Amino acid sequence: MSSLSSKVQEVFNEPGCGKNQGKSEKERKKGCTKQLQPGGAAGGCAFDGAKIALQPVTDVAHLVHGPIACEGNSWDNRGSKSSGSNLWRTSFTTDINETDVVFGGEKRLYKSVKEIIDKYDPPAVFVYQTCVPAMIGDDIEAVCKAASKKFGKPVIPINSPGFVGPKNLGNKLAGEAILDHVIGTEEPEYTTPYDINIIGEYNLSGELWQVKPLLDELGIRILCCISGDAKYHDLASSHRAKAAMMVCSKSMINIARKMEERYDIPFFEGSFYGIEDTSEALREIARLLIERGAPAELMDRTDALIAREEARAWAGIEHYKQRLAGKKVLLITGGVKSWSVVAALQEAGLEVVGTSVKKSTKEDKERIKEIMGEDAHMIDDMSPREMYKLLKDAKADIMLSGGRSQFIALKAKMPWLDINQERHHAYMGYVGMVALVKEIDKALSNPVWQQVRLRAPWEEQTWEEVADAAIAAEAAALAADPARKAEKRRATTVCQCAGVARGTIEDAIVAGGLTTVEAVSEQTQAGTGCGSCIGKLDKILQTQDHWNPEAVAAAAQSQQAA
Amino acid sequence: MATVTTSKKSCTVNPLKMSQPIGSALAFMGVKNCMPLFHGSQGCTSFGLVLFVRHFKEAIPLQTTAMSEVATVLGGFENVEQAIITIAKRQKPSIIGISSTGVTETKGDDVEGYLKLVRDRHPELDHIALVYVSTPDFKDAFQDGWAKTVTRMVDQLVTETPADAPRERDRINVLPGAHLTPGDIDELRDILEGFGLEAVVLPDLSGSLDGHVPDDFTPTTLGGISLDEIAAMGSACHTLAIGEQMQPAAEAMEQRTGVPFTLFDRLTGLEVNDRLIALLAELSGRPVPNKIKRQRSQLVDAMLDGHFHFGGKKIAIGAEPDLLWTLSQWITEMGSEVVGAVTTTASPLLEQVPAAEVLIGDLEDLEARARGCDLLMTHSHGRQAAERLAIPFYRIGIPMFDRLGAAHQTIVGYRGTRNLIFEIANMFMADGHEPQPDTWALPENTEHVGETALAAG
Repeated sequence: MSSLSSKVQEVFNEPGCGKNQGKSEKERKKGCTKQLQPGGAAGGCAFDGAKIALQPVTDVAHLVHGPIACEGNSWDNRGSKSSGSNLWRTSFTTDINETDVVFGGEKRLYKSVKEIIDKYDPPAVFVYQTCVPAMIGDDIEAVCKAASKKFGKPVIPINSPGFVGPKNLGNKLAGEAILDHVIGTEEPEYTTPYDINIIGEYNLSGELWQVKPLLDELGIRILCCISGDAKYHDLASSHRAKAAMMVCSKSMINIARKMEERYDIPFFEGSFYGIEDTSEALREIARLLIERGAPAELMDRTDALIAREEARAWAGIEHYKQRLAGKKVLLITGGVKSWSVVAALQEAGLEVVGTSVKKSTKEDKERIKEIMGEDAHMIDDMSPREMYKLLKDAKADIMLSGGRSQFIALKAKMPWLDINQERHHAYMGYVGMVALVKEIDKALSNPVWQQVRLRAPWEEQTWEEVADAAIAAEAAALAADPARKAEKRRATTVCQCAGVARGTIEDAIVAGGLTTVEAVSEQTQAGTGCGSCIGKLDKILQTQDHWNPEAVAAAAQSQQAA
Repeated sequence: MATVTTSKKSCTVNPLKMSQPIGSALAFMGVKNCMPLFHGSQGCTSFGLVLFVRHFKEAIPLQTTAMSEVATVLGGFENVEQAIITIAKRQKPSIIGISSTGVTETKGDDVEGYLKLVRDRHPELDHIALVYVSTPDFKDAFQDGWAKTVTRMVDQLVTETPADAPRERDRINVLPGAHLTPGDIDELRDILEGFGLEAVVLPDLSGSLDGHVPDDFTPTTLGGISLDEIAAMGSACHTLAIGEQMQPAAEAMEQRTGVPFTLFDRLTGLEVNDRLIALLAELSGRPVPNKIKRQRSQLVDAMLDGHFHFGGKKIAIGAEPDLLWTLSQWITEMGSEVVGAVTTTASPLLEQVPAAEVLIGDLEDLEARARGCDLLMTHSHGRQAAERLAIPFYRIGIPMFDRLGAAHQTIVGYRGTRNLIFEIANMFMADGHEPQPDTWALPENTEHVGETALAAG
């Protein structure tokens, strides 16, 4: 496990990661010792993250070493698409039992690899470690090495058991595994000055194929997409690309950066969501390739293609633009999609009234601010009723979010569109943008919303009226009772990671005379996890005159006296 | 009589099985104002949660003690304590249902001991029931986790009653197995109401996961049986247990309260439902309602119409023991032959499944046995196999993530059986091959003529 913990350390020292760069030396050293809030946590584990990152490699057998829960409860649940082999959708797990837990599961793992190679003959086997075998000390690296030697086939250990941390860490550990064991182990049949890698794109709903024709027309070859619709051989020979584009801002930064370091492949961070972003990304790809020796005329051809395709997309959207003008969208999503989708929606004339920044990095948030202006109404963690209230106050006509919050929107009888990984539509590139706008229009204009909001003949009030009355009553009660208002304010959780309430922070500021965010973090642990509440801490410090007028006045007085 | 074998493979390919803890969590989801909690790493919860969200298409209450690597090694008392406090504060449930996972069982966390300590240290939480079930992932399967949880709830939440206590004649306890859908439970309740009997169902998914639009937002379960109703189960006059897995729970109920029970190993088919109706008539002292009489007649007619299509068909079934039992018995009664039977865990019923062999295995095994079959019956993960084999595919069981209405698929009672007959018969009919000009071609024109001519009748 020592190699695993050093890997985790390495990932946390990733210089390309904005979030970790923002941390102090001491914080970085702590790495992922941050404790998730028991009873208040949601989201996947490191194993989940590793599997998500690599599962789209289509012709590889993905073998999960662990009890049935890790694979049996979760397999075949991703919408990645393959242009070739479908072996990635076949589920392999050692399904270890009690005896294995007592005597060790290495033998079963080795035999499993053998059975897979005998029956399915894949170009490689990826072996995923999980918590229980990690606890009992199964050394998957050793088993993989032995199996690889014996069967003459790459057997790649992906050491990312669930309990080492969250999904995002797993993404990166998976990246480390393929950097260590896969990339650079084979050579492409030929190379061209137009070879690129796309990193962090999973080809969900086949989205990559919305963009690939554009690259094809320009003569740009995707040497390897990591990992959507990738074949093992592409991945192993991806080190010969001339340039790379990194798509998802968080999950695979270490691959992009280390490939730049090791193989001199420059990369940029871009998005294919939205018309302008797509054009920008295409230009950037062309620019990097030209820098690496491609003929300069590539840029002219790129510009010509962009002009043509943009015009086509605008023409496609024009029809909807009038229908959608002034409509407000509540956007609840995490990570890369927050900023890329905001840009896309604004192009269609929609107004974005809020976005959740739950999973976004600091950089993501900066970008959202840049796109939406300083007034962006960012919603960190909305309760269902708040969400309903926001929608209901006619501030939003439609909600766009990931699969889980859909139920709140649907129960609130609100138009809703799925834009996270479980979605069924593809929204990338120029054609994808037109498709997104079309879907929004379809959702908004569906007559079902009028139907479902009708009051049942035997009901005195609609469900919405009941909720509204409750919200109004709560607001009135708070307004009438300053003490309760303060109590409610103090009870709000500011830091989700460490579970710190606002009251604790206020008390620490008052008691310790704290003036900096760092001091607050030190005292209360708030902001020591993902760091997304740093801004809030600052705001609490800045607005002390609101929530603690007496103390501020007293301080001012004593200053004057001095 | 079947030979029961266990797969000799080291590597499970395309699992049929799901883990014990999520079966346990689902049982807790049939209790009102409950928050199920996994003692394990957050991935254990996240996978189960996503699975249920995709199956029921509803928000699912499920929390985690979020065990980190360090906490796992040192023991999870703080995590269990913290989780309970956090849940009590945020979601304000009446009951927290705690299930262990592979991680915490491998470590050997003494959760019973932890809960005693939590009780001692936090009298302010006395109003919240805490029920713990040991459900290691590396042992048993989904229906076992469900069954253990129901037994545990009976032991811990039902008020003890002397055997000779007065009984309410019109109240019946129902202990449904994990294979009954919310729709099945609704149907049962409806049948009982026809006899003037009130059904008290533990766990009652029909109130919580039947897919309804609730009156208000709630972070816990949306409905289900309340703690008071569970406590009062000792005053019912009889217990109906559905599925062999519920035997221990029914016995626990009898021991605790003296309420006698009748176990129905299935409720799909004509004869089993005749027994149910006879029992209900006897318990209630009322005549069989006309509605039920008509439903029986309709079922008989459906069986008559349907048997033409079922006769001689080869069926492959992959399901947990009680569901496998239900489907294999019923479809054999309809004249089909079960040629492939794969299940997830041990059960005393497996030897009596009407098939030559019952294999405790995976969907790869089922796919091998389903070659040449006329129908594949298993959960949604069978879709790839059915596609490769190009045979009709009836989705049944959890998870069913690529179709709507999983919660309302109803196969119990006369009416449920009738509907199942129609659905499957229609699949057979849709799969019927239209004769082509060369269907009856002479032998020299095609090498498959023998088969095709036979198939075309």
